[in-house]
Amino acid sequence: MGDLKLPGIDYGALLPMLILFGAAAVGILIEVFTPRRSRHAIQLTVAFLAVTASFVAVIVQHSTRKITIGGAVAVDGPTVFLQGALLVLGAVSLMLIGERSIERGGPFVSQAAITVGSQKDVKQAGDQPGMTEVYPLTLFALGGMLLFVAANDLLTMFIALEVFSLPLYLLCALARRRRLLSQEAALKYFLLGSYASAFFLFGVALVYGFSGGISLSAVHDAVANPERSQVLLYAGLAMIAIGLLFKAALAPFHVWTPDVYQGAPTPITALMAACTKVAAFGALLRILYVAFDGVRWDFQPVLGAIAVLTMLVGAVLAVTQTDMKRLLAYSSVANAGYLLVGVLALNEEGLSSTMFYLVAYGFSVLAAFGIVTLVRDADGEATHLARWAGLGRKSPLFAATFTFILLAFAGIPLTSGFTAKFAVFGAAVTGGQTWLVVFGVITSMLLAFPYLRVVVLMWLSEPNESTPTVSIPGFLTSAALVIGVVATFALGVVPAPLIDLTRDAAQFVR
Amino acid sequence: MTDFPFLSILTVLPLVGALVVALIPRQRAELAKTIALVWSLVVLVLSIVMWIAFKVGGDRFQFRESYAWIPSWDARFTFAADGIALVMLMLIAILFPVVILASWHDVEKSNRSAPAYFALLLAFEFTMIGVFAAADIFLFYVFFEVMLIPMYFIIGSFGGQRRQYAAVKFFLYSLVGGLFMLAAVIGLWVVGGNTFDWAKLAEAAGSIDQNTARWLFLGFFVAFAIKAPFFPFHTWLPDAGGAAPAGAAALLVGIMDKVGTFGILRYCLSLFPEASRWFAPAALVLGVIGIIYAALLAVGQNDLKRLVSYTSIAHFGFIGIGIFAFTTQAGTGSVLYMVNHGLATGLLFIVVGMFVARRGSALVSDFGGAGKMVPVLAGVLFFAGLASLALPGTAPFISEFLVLIGTFTVHPAYAVVATTGIILAAAYVLWMVQRTTQGTLNPALAEVPEMKKDITLREKVVVAPLILLILLLGFYPKPVTDVINPAVQATMQDVGVQDPGPTSVVANERVAR
Repeated sequence: MGDLKLPGIDYGALLPMLILFGAAAVGILIEVFTPRRSRHAIQLTVAFLAVTASFVAVIVQHSTRKITIGGAVAVDGPTVFLQGALLVLGAVSLMLIGERSIERGGPFVSQAAITVGSQKDVKQAGDQPGMTEVYPLTLFALGGMLLFVAANDLLTMFIALEVFSLPLYLLCALARRRRLLSQEAALKYFLLGSYASAFFLFGVALVYGFSGGISLSAVHDAVANPERSQVLLYAGLAMIAIGLLFKAALAPFHVWTPDVYQGAPTPITALMAACTKVAAFGALLRILYVAFDGVRWDFQPVLGAIAVLTMLVGAVLAVTQTDMKRLLAYSSVANAGYLLVGVLALNEEGLSSTMFYLVAYGFSVLAAFGIVTLVRDADGEATHLARWAGLGRKSPLFAATFTFILLAFAGIPLTSGFTAKFAVFGAAVTGGQTWLVVFGVITSMLLAFPYLRVVVLMWLSEPNESTPTVSIPGFLTSAALVIGVVATFALGVVPAPLIDLTRDAAQFVR
Repeated sequence: MTDFPFLSILTVLPLVGALVVALIPRQRAELAKTIALVWSLVVLVLSIVMWIAFKVGGDRFQFRESYAWIPSWDARFTFAADGIALVMLMLIAILFPVVILASWHDVEKSNRSAPAYFALLLAFEFTMIGVFAAADIFLFYVFFEVMLIPMYFIIGSFGGQRRQYAAVKFFLYSLVGGLFMLAAVIGLWVVGGNTFDWAKLAEAAGSIDQNTARWLFLGFFVAFAIKAPFFPFHTWLPDAGGAAPAGAAALLVGIMDKVGTFGILRYCLSLFPEASRWFAPAALVLGVIGIIYAALLAVGQNDLKRLVSYTSIAHFGFIGIGIFAFTTQAGTGSVLYMVNHGLATGLLFIVVGMFVARRGSALVSDFGGAGKMVPVLAGVLFFAGLASLALPGTAPFISEFLVLIGTFTVHPAYAVVATTGIILAAAYVLWMVQRTTQGTLNPALAEVPEMKKDITLREKVVVAPLILLILLLGFYPKPVTDVINPAVQATMQDVGVQDPGPTSVVANERVAR
């Protein structure tokens, strides 16, 4: 045995992740050492400071293009862009998570272990402050996502997958109200997520068997000059893809989405809809573009079929929904299909347009769920669609905001939904995937119907006694809504700066 | 004077007006109405100035402006107007103040907000001017889609019975067409060299692969055929026209539907000439079917607003065959028809609205002998009906005649069948007028107090400019045709067809013998 050589580590390049993990660890200590009363304020401040500092660290090294820490992490254009996007979207989600003024104690349960329906549970739902462990958990999840989009070998990617998934499983179970639904959602998410992770890991093992290495460049080289059975390659790729498709909520691996989105506390749903999507597609892009681009002709039709299936399933099932959160969940499934259309362009435009779509959709979906947290009655959020009837008369401002977001989802011009769809469809046609665009257009027509139905409900129906009130949002939720809506509008009217940014970033290192 | 940025200012002006009116509290309804009216009159004045500044016989496209928007896609804020766009812009500028004045008391019957209604009307004017002034396909598409939103809320919030159904149907139909067009726009962008500029794309038009061009044509054509609407994509219009407030319905068929035919002329014909020639027979058949079918349905209608909507579909059949006949005469006739139809059908809708406002019902069977109670108003309805059936002396006659003789030189069979549409037009108009205003007085009608009030001063101001224009253009259409003709000729040149001389018809007939 010769000397053990330590790999070089560029701490500057890793700083964004280190800050988040460090701050999350500090958050746990805060839980131990500070009194309950002041924890919320301290935790929230620490979380925001960490995200901001991490964002600054991303900005500082925006021109870094290197592979570091022994080939485990690649910091390149897509990494920097997606990390920045994750942090901005994460900060907005944190605003929703940190809101305490809409409901006494915030949207989270005070002690997750209390038996549902017991005296204690009734009491905690009434007035006890929510648990503050959500902030370190959120930071861990965000840190894991940052690592996920930067991972340059398959094992690091797997570890990052687990790091960001486990906190999310927990967070899903912490709703203050409708706790059974919330716990069921968490369990479903956990079980299915574990299956998906297992698939991913098994796929990694097979690909390792094929290529003799786990770094993406090793896989790329092995794909170019295969020395072992191709069966290993295809089986491994398929299993890795299943793991990623699950996280990205693509059909037929989407079945958890509506239940989890409905059951989870709405701010966490927003976090998952915006940030998990960025992370999952970031990793998918890297895997497909960096490691497996040599077999693109083989996976393109298969993933194309998945994209079509996803768009159809999302659009058709969205039509039948009667619950706002489930409707948004299926819409999110359909949007994952559009994102996959962009990914499958397999060219530079595909990469840049997918990144653009992720950011555009993230802001819109955050604003959408932000509004869902506001429409409430005595039992918490009123998510049944029928309850939204006549909301336009009762609170025109919020109904108008929500209408705008829905128009963005429907892809009407002057919203980011249109520019984003245009970008991915344009990239797909350039990449020779016109058939996907045709299906994308057809499903967009279907998908317009459920959105329009909500608009009709809000504006053209008369309000009745069961129409809930819209709570006055606190500062944090107001800020999140304003950011979401302004971004949706700005990216629809002047998308050029962000498009240029994604184009400059659209180059992986190998 | 031509350096003045007419088109961008004309486009933005109503949007600013809409925002101003929207901010007025709903208690100050009169103020909101006045501002909306004055604002639309300012737009009218500016349009008249632009009309004067337009050099007849000058460049095909004038008042071109271009500003950067999304450089990486080469999408720009490009505005330019040819003669066809110019006359449409003028029609918009004339119809909006008229409709705003005609809709003065429309909102008062419901508990809805008046400033919101007039703000929506101005917002709609913004999208309408934008869609005709745009010379960048991306910009055109943006306006094409956005125009749905104000109209959707006008129909859905301020309409009559079944307004929700009509609004949703209208929105979904148009959106479906728009999304077909979106696919075609993206395809065109890719094969046309990653640009959205109309002029550049028109140059590159010849180099597009024949099969691709046909698919792209189809994407655009379906969108425009739904918008126009042509048979068999027309079923949304009777519902929308029947449910919309009368003023908004006048805008719907008078202006918005012209986006379809305008789009075919500007985009389908010029960008896909070969595909246009290839699809022309099918389009002609659709046009002819539309003329006959819609006219037959119009005869059978008992609802005045639905009846007018069906007449409009029949008229669009004429416009359609005029466009796809590919002769300058028929093309000019079609464009002139677009203007005249806006005036005549707009007037008809507005007058019908006046009747409906008095009676509280749009059913023909609820009227009967109304002429005995409101003789002047009944006279206006009769005039609007005559203009709509293209009586000689009214403006639509000239355009219909031009379309028919222009079509006859190349497709005599279609022209002959289309001519029967004129007879049917006489049937549905005269029978409608007879059942509503002539004959014995309907006793139920005599009990409606509002029916005792004949045309008011405001209503006279509303109908007078339209009647005058219909008569003026009926006797002296030259100012308009002079503007239209060069643009149509240029379009026919793009398509690559020559006008047949009079001899060629004779020659064809000889061959046939």
